[in-house]
Amino acid sequence: MSTVIGQPVRRREDARLIVGRGQFTDDLKLPGMTYAVIVRSPYAHARIRRIDVSRALAMPGVLAVFTGKDLEGVLGPVPTAWIPPNADLKQTVHRALAVDEVRYAGDGVAMVVAEDRYTARDAAEAVEVEYEPLPAVVDAWAAVQEGAPLVHPDAPGNLALHWTAGSVDQKAFDEAEVVVRQRFVQQRLIPNPMEPRAAVAWYDPGTENLTVWMTSQNPHIHRFLLSGILGIPEHRLRVVAQDVGGGFGSKISCYPDEALVAHAARTLARPVKWVEDRSEHFMATTHGRDHVQEVELAGRKDGTIEALRVKIWANLGAYLSTAAPGVPTILFGLIVNGCYRIPQASTEVYGVFTHTTPVDAYRGAGRPEATYLIERMVDLFADAIGMDPVEVRRKNFVPPDAFPYTNAFGITYDSGNYPLALDKALERVDYGGFRARQAQARQEGRYLGIGFSTYVEMCGLGPSEVAGAVGFQGGLWENATVRVHPSGKIQVMTGASPHGQGEETTFAQIVAEQLGVAMDDIEVVHGDTDRVTMGWGTYGSRTLAVGGSAVAVACQRLIEKGRRIAAHMLEADADDVAFQQGRYQVQGVPGRSVSFQEVALQAHLAWNLPQGVEPGMEATANYNPSNFTFPFGTHVAIVEVDPDSGLVRLERYVAVDDCGTPINPLIIAGQVHGGVVQGVGQALWEGAVYNAEGQLLTGSFLEYAMPKARFFPPIETDSTVTPSPHNPLGVKGVGETGTIAATPAVVNAVMDALKPFNIRHLDMPLTPEKVWRAIHGKGERQ
Amino acid sequence: MIAERFRYLRPKDLDEALAWLAESQGEVRVLAGGHSLLPLMKLRLAAPQTVLDVERVEALRGIRLEGDVLHIGAMTRYHELARDPLVAEYAPLLAMAARTVGDPQVRNRGTVGGSICHADPAADFPAAALAMDAEVELRSRAGKRRLPLREFLLGPLSTALAPNELLAAIHVPLRAGWGAAYEKFPHPASGYAVAGVAALINKEGGAARAVAVAVTGVGPVAYRAAATEEVLTGASLDAARIQDGASQVAEGVEVNADLFASADYRRHLAQVLAARALRAAWGSD
Repeated sequence: MSTVIGQPVRRREDARLIVGRGQFTDDLKLPGMTYAVIVRSPYAHARIRRIDVSRALAMPGVLAVFTGKDLEGVLGPVPTAWIPPNADLKQTVHRALAVDEVRYAGDGVAMVVAEDRYTARDAAEAVEVEYEPLPAVVDAWAAVQEGAPLVHPDAPGNLALHWTAGSVDQKAFDEAEVVVRQRFVQQRLIPNPMEPRAAVAWYDPGTENLTVWMTSQNPHIHRFLLSGILGIPEHRLRVVAQDVGGGFGSKISCYPDEALVAHAARTLARPVKWVEDRSEHFMATTHGRDHVQEVELAGRKDGTIEALRVKIWANLGAYLSTAAPGVPTILFGLIVNGCYRIPQASTEVYGVFTHTTPVDAYRGAGRPEATYLIERMVDLFADAIGMDPVEVRRKNFVPPDAFPYTNAFGITYDSGNYPLALDKALERVDYGGFRARQAQARQEGRYLGIGFSTYVEMCGLGPSEVAGAVGFQGGLWENATVRVHPSGKIQVMTGASPHGQGEETTFAQIVAEQLGVAMDDIEVVHGDTDRVTMGWGTYGSRTLAVGGSAVAVACQRLIEKGRRIAAHMLEADADDVAFQQGRYQVQGVPGRSVSFQEVALQAHLAWNLPQGVEPGMEATANYNPSNFTFPFGTHVAIVEVDPDSGLVRLERYVAVDDCGTPINPLIIAGQVHGGVVQGVGQALWEGAVYNAEGQLLTGSFLEYAMPKARFFPPIETDSTVTPSPHNPLGVKGVGETGTIAATPAVVNAVMDALKPFNIRHLDMPLTPEKVWRAIHGKGERQ
Repeated sequence: MIAERFRYLRPKDLDEALAWLAESQGEVRVLAGGHSLLPLMKLRLAAPQTVLDVERVEALRGIRLEGDVLHIGAMTRYHELARDPLVAEYAPLLAMAARTVGDPQVRNRGTVGGSICHADPAADFPAAALAMDAEVELRSRAGKRRLPLREFLLGPLSTALAPNELLAAIHVPLRAGWGAAYEKFPHPASGYAVAGVAALINKEGGAARAVAVAVTGVGPVAYRAAATEEVLTGASLDAARIQDGASQVAEGVEVNADLFASADYRRHLAQVLAARALRAAWGSD
């Protein structure tokens, strides 16, 4: 009977965004607006000797200059909101502006507020800061060595955390037929949403209410954390994130900057706007990934994987960002076995402070790092035993009849059919045909390669009890209110906070389907703590599975309330009234029916409601999921490597994804496309590079290579459908699958292409020079 | 991304532009397409006191035949160059290079004069223009002078342009029927040439009567690969000969190194691209 769910409905939000009628934070114009610029340290590590603001303050139009000393006792520290248990987490202090010492190039030291943004920018240059440069350490591995410069005196050895999970009996390795060991560098990435961060704050001295418009993936979390930093109670604080131009995780975090803007607005009693510029974004917005991984796999010659041991050093940067401690532990360490039934597995994580930009969630957050290592290890294992990598995968898959499946870390996978997705992908790429073509090409001196990534990921973290158990300092349920107006028009208030994912469309589809009303009668409201009761935001591919389920539950409540009113109107027993396609129908009596929207009107008029039914037509659900969801699939990359230049050309990309029941295939395809592009970006082009002094050498789009459309063939998408039993919609997250799957698929493909040159492994990004050097045996670049 | 304060002048014609250039105090930068200058100013790596916007100077526009040369106004945009019929006939190499510059937005704004005066070591257009033996026409209130492009380009971001001068046009000899190719390895981030090689061959009776090879991205500024040209001129360009010529494409050049490409790799890349460009320009026998 499905009519709206499953349809490729075009995104309703696109029209306003495409014609420039979106309302982004920087679009906001308030009377009396002032402009802030943050003065940032050019040094990665230095002592602040002196800050002289007098010249800046004397400039006409400058209203205020704040330094760290001014804020002592005024602004609280910037908190960490993920504290994994038994990890010995060092919660070092992160001040809104540095006081004695700066810890990364980009660390804020002062903020200037002026009448216009030009004056503010000039005044920022007039703030004189005298630094005493100190030795810096930028690499996680180097930072844990004896004698490395310390980032925080209260974190000896620069260790922010030490966390372990699972266990492996040493015998599994001692007695193994085959042991494969590999060290992987999971390079640092810089998230680059189209819109950089921005904030506008306005304080009403009469009511003492403060409003902050900001680029947020989770306004309620930001309200909660800002309340603590600012000392303004939550009920006097409103956070609004109307249109947000992407985040990819970087707008989850609570940064000092937005709090500074809010503080300035409170102090000056004037609205204050701050917009990060792109150069600032590169250095002051959280980065992603950055692991050194040592991986060991024990197996049998027949292709069976028996044990997996993982040890990593995760670079967390100079301060613990909001969710940072949870990313390389919970979101990584509990799923390193991927889609394989590996009886014994263990993860050991060292979280390390360095003099670099803080690292936090970036699309996939932990799961790309896990998927990369296991998918690469499977290929290396296949190589070691001379077996086809596809067959090794097939042999070790968690079989379809084993679900729910609990892995070696105690994580229970909801549902899956891994061979089905693999077979579909193999058929699409004509695997046998490709191998023949590859052999032929090699004869001609051309190097083609195919790479597989049979991934599974966990997303839509929950229930909240689990969030608590893993140290996430929040609940992971979601709130939805479905409000039916007297005219039958509907507003859906969601605590999820989409910022590009399209839930204004998909949530309306859910409501349209459930209540049988037209899409045009439904508006989805999000991103405003005054309009939405509560919420935990959009990240970790939770929005549809958790937020969408909340919407569905709220709709069910409305249907039940409406049934009682309808029965009363139709003079029938509520049990005899069925609800179908928007109408309450007395069963067996055709013609005796009333529409949902007619019932809603009667609910509001309340002239004649049944006993015990309250007026009004609004329902709220606080949906607490019963578990994560586990989307999976097979991605296949086909590449050609030019041996003369080392250039890797992506010839073909096939993605077969299973995200449960599809709500909107068009949006799913869009998510997969974007995700794949980002994942390939890590494999081939992207990578943040610091020099030894802690200067970011890839600080602009001139050096940092974001993927371009012209680098890609058309991405071919396909799907299988294995509904999740864990939520009422049967859905699984799809926002991160592409990023998670694509990286190892492409690296595996390049390594496959390079087989004739006996190259075992190259670390990402697989830049032309790196590949060329490997092919021609020139060693690593010095 | 806010530039320092500057004075903005928008002359309506060439005389006014030259007058302002002659009279202005302090550093004056001419604004053409703005795709190099404005980012530098926004990053505060450039802070001219005066920006002279020549957008409205009609005399800097247009592509026309003037006797035995093609006159290309300094304000000609890459996009115009790429689709101009005269360029297609007499100087297709310039169009080939123009098509590889940046992206459509850049090609719709960026100008040949801006590219030459900016003298970015990795810009595409100077290499193609050098291979074409282009001359630059420089104007000032004192008059007009002409200079071969190879004498105009002095080094990275450095030219022979005097402070009161404006590049008005370039003049290129007609090369109808010559084999032409531009081979570029773009940087995946910036789109600039990690290395780019322009090749031009006048093939007559199975031999290369004239050969011009110009290289960008590899040295301090675009240059002519004299050693390569010498090896190839007058010869029949079989695979071995091309290989021989290409191997000398960075001869005597202090090769650039950056995060993306070491000097060794970049030299190798230049050789690979040179061979490809030469093969393409030579065509099949």
